[in-house]
Amino acid sequence: MIGWKYGDLLELSDLSREDIESVLETAKAFKEVSTRDIKKVPALRGKTVVMLFSEPSTRTRLSFELAAKRLSADTLNVTVSSSSLQKGETLLDMAKNIEAMNVDMIIVRHKSAGVPQILARELKPGVINAGDGCRSHPTQALLDLFTIQERLGRIDGLKVGIIGDILHSRVARSNIYGLIKMGAKVTLCGPSTLIPPEIERQGVDITYKLDEVVADADVLMCLRLQKERQEEKYLPSIREYVKVFGLTKEKIKNAKPDVLIMHPGPVNRGIELSAELADGANSVILEQVTNGVAVRMAILYLLFGKKEKVS
Amino acid sequence: MAILIKKAIIVNSKGMSKEPQDILIEKGVIAKIGKISDPDAKIIEANGKYLLPGLIDLHCHLREPGQEHKETIETGCRSAAKGGFTSVVCMPNTNPVIDNAKVVEGILKEVKRVGLVHVFPAGAITKGQKGEELSDMMELKEAGCLVLSDDGKSVQNSQLMRHALEYAKMAELLLMEHCEDATVSKGVINEGFYSTLLGLKGIPDIAETIIVARDIELARYLKTKIHFCHISSRRSIDLIRQAKAQGVQVTAEACPHYFSLTEAAVQDFDTNTKVNPPLRSKEDVEAIKLALKDGTLDCISTDHAPHASEEKELEFDAAPSGMIGFETALGLAVRELVEPKHITWSTLVEKMSMAPASILGLVNKGEIAEGKDADIVLVDPDKEWIFEKDHIVSKSKNSPFAGETLKGFIELTMCNGKVVYQA
Repeated sequence: MIGWKYGDLLELSDLSREDIESVLETAKAFKEVSTRDIKKVPALRGKTVVMLFSEPSTRTRLSFELAAKRLSADTLNVTVSSSSLQKGETLLDMAKNIEAMNVDMIIVRHKSAGVPQILARELKPGVINAGDGCRSHPTQALLDLFTIQERLGRIDGLKVGIIGDILHSRVARSNIYGLIKMGAKVTLCGPSTLIPPEIERQGVDITYKLDEVVADADVLMCLRLQKERQEEKYLPSIREYVKVFGLTKEKIKNAKPDVLIMHPGPVNRGIELSAELADGANSVILEQVTNGVAVRMAILYLLFGKKEKVS
Repeated sequence: MAILIKKAIIVNSKGMSKEPQDILIEKGVIAKIGKISDPDAKIIEANGKYLLPGLIDLHCHLREPGQEHKETIETGCRSAAKGGFTSVVCMPNTNPVIDNAKVVEGILKEVKRVGLVHVFPAGAITKGQKGEELSDMMELKEAGCLVLSDDGKSVQNSQLMRHALEYAKMAELLLMEHCEDATVSKGVINEGFYSTLLGLKGIPDIAETIIVARDIELARYLKTKIHFCHISSRRSIDLIRQAKAQGVQVTAEACPHYFSLTEAAVQDFDTNTKVNPPLRSKEDVEAIKLALKDGTLDCISTDHAPHASEEKELEFDAAPSGMIGFETALGLAVRELVEPKHITWSTLVEKMSMAPASILGLVNKGEIAEGKDADIVLVDPDKEWIFEKDHIVSKSKNSPFAGETLKGFIELTMCNGKVVYQA
């Protein structure tokens, strides 16, 4: 791909609009590969991709693994304890050990924000952020953008509502950047305790009224609500959350008839999203999963296409 | 043997000497100032460079006993001397905690053996710094403590803090509060734009101001003194300014990192920028500079907090807070405050020597005058120098300023009339 200049994907805000368009364009081609009888191309033959996950994740890990395998790369899974401190091994030691085994790409998920940055700074192999703490989840945002683009034919000018626990959501943070960069208008909606301070400086609107965001949205993106938020005193009760912010058929009756309902998964059915909506005609949740593989193939392909690391 | 410093510009908090002066030092005391010739004395040529009273740091961590892998009294004192400090107050969060006479005596014995700079151990306000029972304050006083602090945390219980202030007043000990409401401060960087952007948990300024406000009220009510450590936020400064105007006996310190860096420095997840309280906004930095100028903040301390590299080379969330500070304090203060003509050299001496001396009640320190202790530092005021990581003498190297150009080069530090550092 002409013009692609990165060896790492650390956060979405490292990418320009043109970069994002390149990814979406490349992903379109790779989506076709996954529909073939033989779902494999030789692009990354002989390359080793390590998945370093410190948090439980089924779909993201699976999605990356499939993406790498369909490009003919060898994949390895490493599960690390949530803090390297627990093993008495520093983060850097661990990363240097992996590097010493001559791997080509490290896909990292970690509960602490900034870990992909720290690794990329110190290591020769490329680094892909598969989610770091509450900070960033660039491939999720890219697959969301791909899904919107594919379904609605554009992103520019669309109205997107992101609903729920914005404070703890890396998906929201990456999507906010990506959507705005691609020309969408973003409104956040959630309990005041779960809206992070000064987020409006990133160019979003905020409302606490679900009706307002539902009314003119082209896309409604629901976020997973962790049940611990009640114990952590952010919320009076899950019951009240469901009542006020849980998306149901009833609550979207004034929405545009073809509004897209999205969710990064896994869905807490009956909490942020009713089962009826999750499985309904407006839901593109499973398409997001399908597109995830294509987008991650595109990312791997583009990053490997760039010979030298920039970061 | 007597030492004669020839042709130095003397910088005191009250002003600078117009002409270079000669300073004769005998028996650890400044014996005479003027135009002096003494053929028997050892001569140090100052060549018109600045002679300051030795810097006094109200807040540092020497880590001994218990955490000698980070710093020892010896390495810490060496680092202090290199930074121009001749007296330092070390915080009690050692292992064991400095909450009884035995620990104080152990530290003072080692300080004497090392024989570099003066060290004044701060005793803990509460036993084991647990915030449950008062330390044996009278015993700590007798052992040599001048101040008490539970640094690293605040005394959370207001009634206990009230009793601590009352009892400390009787014991003639100054309480130094690390202001942090633990229920509000469960984060790792300043809460705001950057905590949102970086997805890191925020520590809002109210974590600091809630305790500042409470303690001002306690000090007012009890008609006693209180000192606030490492103030980081504009709102705290507003509260302190108002309290001072109303006659409450409050003193407070700034640290170089709080006027040299903003929260933007954490963007690259360099754990050397992780400090508690956290680096704050540009507005807070401006407020600190103004407060140093108008006297709301009385002094500059370092909060020298060494951590081993393996402790800092972790995830940002997991890394310990703190940065070393002795060797950069003067250079940063000159670069950030004096060079832009925000404060004068004399005010700098006020903030880094005279005011801390008077807060501690050290009547023979903080000034270059006949009869005062010969704790002095010779500085080349115009010399710019690079703070190289390889040249750090502290046992730990955790500084976000490595590689930066600082201004004001320390040529020599003398404590008790003895040269303890020479460049």
